[in-house]
Amino acid sequence: MTTEPGSAETPSRQWQRPTVFGSHRTKHAVYGLVVAFIGWNAFQLRISVDRLLLGVSEGATLLGRMVTFEGVGRHELSVIVSGSIETFAMSIVATIVGVVISIPIAFLAARNVSPLLGYLLGRGAITFSRAFHGLVFAIIAVKAFGFGPFAGVVTLVFTTVGFYAKLLAEALEDIDEGQIEAIRATGGSRLDVILFGFLPQVLPRMIGLAIYRWDMNIRSASIIGIVGAGGIGQVLLTSFERFDYGFSMAIILSIVAIVITGELVSSTVRRRIQ
Amino acid sequence: MTGVDGRPRWEHHTRRQRLARFCGLLVTLVVFAWAWQALGVRYDFVVSAPAEVQDLLMRMYPPDMAYSYEIVGPLIETVNIAVLGTGLSVLLSVPIAYLAAENTSPTRLTYLAGKLVVTVTRSISVIIWALVFVVIFGPGPLAGVVAIGVRSIGFIGKLLAEAFEEIDPRQPEAIRATGGNAVDVMVYGIVPQVKPAFVGITTYRWDINVRSSTVLGFVGAGGIGAELFAVLDFFRWDAALTILIAILGIVLLSEGLSAVVREKLR
Repeated sequence: MTTEPGSAETPSRQWQRPTVFGSHRTKHAVYGLVVAFIGWNAFQLRISVDRLLLGVSEGATLLGRMVTFEGVGRHELSVIVSGSIETFAMSIVATIVGVVISIPIAFLAARNVSPLLGYLLGRGAITFSRAFHGLVFAIIAVKAFGFGPFAGVVTLVFTTVGFYAKLLAEALEDIDEGQIEAIRATGGSRLDVILFGFLPQVLPRMIGLAIYRWDMNIRSASIIGIVGAGGIGQVLLTSFERFDYGFSMAIILSIVAIVITGELVSSTVRRRIQ
Repeated sequence: MTGVDGRPRWEHHTRRQRLARFCGLLVTLVVFAWAWQALGVRYDFVVSAPAEVQDLLMRMYPPDMAYSYEIVGPLIETVNIAVLGTGLSVLLSVPIAYLAAENTSPTRLTYLAGKLVVTVTRSISVIIWALVFVVIFGPGPLAGVVAIGVRSIGFIGKLLAEAFEEIDPRQPEAIRATGGNAVDVMVYGIVPQVKPAFVGITTYRWDINVRSSTVLGFVGAGGIGAELFAVLDFFRWDAALTILIAILGIVLLSEGLSAVVREKLR
């Protein structure tokens, strides 16, 4: 019987690259599984090649109409301005209301502040709020409260709570226990402990987080209009429905400008504070 | 500041600090008032909101369990879109990352071009990309896959470029010193160093993309969102709750899976 190099009888002399999977067989099995999984996904969707090719020529036409800003006049610009103002206003109101609601939830969800039951309740609320994409809440809020910015504000408040309460609760859990003990030792009540022990330690973080969240809310506020929840996104959807693609391009660029402005303001202010 | 007995009294903040705090609070309140007034929200809406929510919850519960068989297909499609979109994004962002990393980019101009692509794709939301690609490819999951793919370029490209920038330059040099060509340098010098980062970034983005794919259906780009849109149109709140539970399930599942993979990498 002839032995091939690398077979079980003769140990291979050739150098093989080490692998994190332990053996090369496991490695190939894992790679095979990943490829099979992606293949199955591709098979499921059955994307046809001619549709893709049709899309490329279609895309060129669309781009042509977009970059020339076809049909954008004075009226369109004023619509963009009022949509942008609404977007900013929504983000501001939602951030402030959201932060105010988040604070008690964060205290509830901090293990070193609240009892186990409160902790579980707080964490549950946070997980629920974080599990869904903002647009899922938006579409429900629109059905419940009707079209317009109010539904948008409710959505943003909801998503703000998940983010803000989670990070604030983590900040509370990381604080210096010595100060808490000091307040307690002077005979302070539970409220005194929170006001003079916890609050001063997390206040700078609270302000920083609020500004950061505001920046994220501007981002959301500029798109949730696509499902009818107010802001510039609503104008964008209308323009797409009317095949007014030049206007769409102008709106998309305004959204990018709004998002970048928010980011700049937020990062500048946060740097000043810290 | 002096106390009643004429001796200095301890105070936490100086007068100036207190003034700054007061001004900060005042500005916040004024801005809030302006924003609230700009929205033109009617007060009776606000007052009736808690009752509305309660009513909604009553209508949602109990969830329509019979409906759950109908959403298995769209749910699988949602995951399919996330996987293929992430795959497409990886194909697109590897060359972009190569350009957007200072040490691998051939020229200053290509570096800036790479950075521009990363910034632009990141600042436009997935739902806007979906709107655009629905116009181009027509309604259906193809538009969703491309939207997810393009949107993720910024994220994967940026983090991968950082991984490229952090590699140990001695390893490619060693391969070059033994007489390896450019391909050898890539395969034995660079790839092994960025592979863990690459797997981690891709898995993380896939997990984010599962969440994003759940909303693509709102604009006709495939996935479970289309079902949610349809049942809400008929105010079938119990079916909507079934869908929400299903979304919660796949989001938590993919989050768990991605956490396990990333934990293994460490």
